[in-house]
Amino acid sequence: MDSLDRAIIEATQAGLPLTRQPYATVAEKVGSDETTVMQRMQAMQEQGIIRRIGAVPNHYVLGFRGNGMSVWEVPEDRIQSCGEMIGALDYVSHAYHRPKHPPLWNYNLFAMVHGRNREEVMDKVEKIATLLGDDDLGHDVLFSTRILKKTGLRLPGDKT
Amino acid sequence: MDAIDRAIINKLQKGFPICPQPYAQAAEEFGISEEELISRLQAMLDDKRLSRFGPLYNAERMGGGLSLCAMAVPKEDFEQVAEQVNSYPEVAHNYARDHELNMWFVLATETPERIDQVLGEIQAQTGCPVYNMPKKQEFFVGLHFEL
Repeated sequence: MDSLDRAIIEATQAGLPLTRQPYATVAEKVGSDETTVMQRMQAMQEQGIIRRIGAVPNHYVLGFRGNGMSVWEVPEDRIQSCGEMIGALDYVSHAYHRPKHPPLWNYNLFAMVHGRNREEVMDKVEKIATLLGDDDLGHDVLFSTRILKKTGLRLPGDKT
Repeated sequence: MDAIDRAIINKLQKGFPICPQPYAQAAEEFGISEEELISRLQAMLDDKRLSRFGPLYNAERMGGGLSLCAMAVPKEDFEQVAEQVNSYPEVAHNYARDHELNMWFVLATETPERIDQVLGEIQAQTGCPVYNMPKKQEFFVGLHFEL
């Protein structure tokens, strides 16, 4: 990643311009040309620096008001298959393997479950439990009760 | 919210072309004009049905540190600890959750080393242990809402 990549990231962090030629607009902002910007963004997408380009729906506004952080204890040697299975479910975003902190915290698999309300989330969590079968050594769902802070992720090097 | 808006959200969650006139190309699929797609996206951003439109960056791939951290904060100290934790610019989100571990925040730092430093400072300042839960593996990030 060089200074041009960083400039492109900074120029598009808030979003892609809604202009007929958005990559040309970005190029203008960063002092480059459209073709170079497209090549750089393509490369960043291939490297995984850009996960994808697209629309991020606001699930809350769209009526998905129940979002629970489901947490699971599964055998460490089964984490791969359990993680892949849960990650493939269409109502799950963000599925991660994380470290345990026994005795207080014995869960090693995290999956955000989305539904229109808490009841729907709980139903889906039960479905996951059924899918996991014997690999479910225990689970819980943590609902957020309050947002204490919400700012976007800052860029490395971003001092503001 | 009509069928075209729904189709736009369903389809454009999955990706968007990199070409000189991507809106024109994407609009074809919805049977609308380039101008109409742009104005519909603008309207959905304005009324917050979309939280953003554009590239989604992966913080770790850019060289920074990222972790999910949890604390068990005594009820009577909760507001003060929230204030102390939130005062760090590296704290991106912070949620109160209904569990013994009742405060959960995401830490995003310029360098991976900075994570432990910030956690040490928070621990010293608040007197509450911080449980660091950096991801070991990612299975999926994203979500397709079929509307």
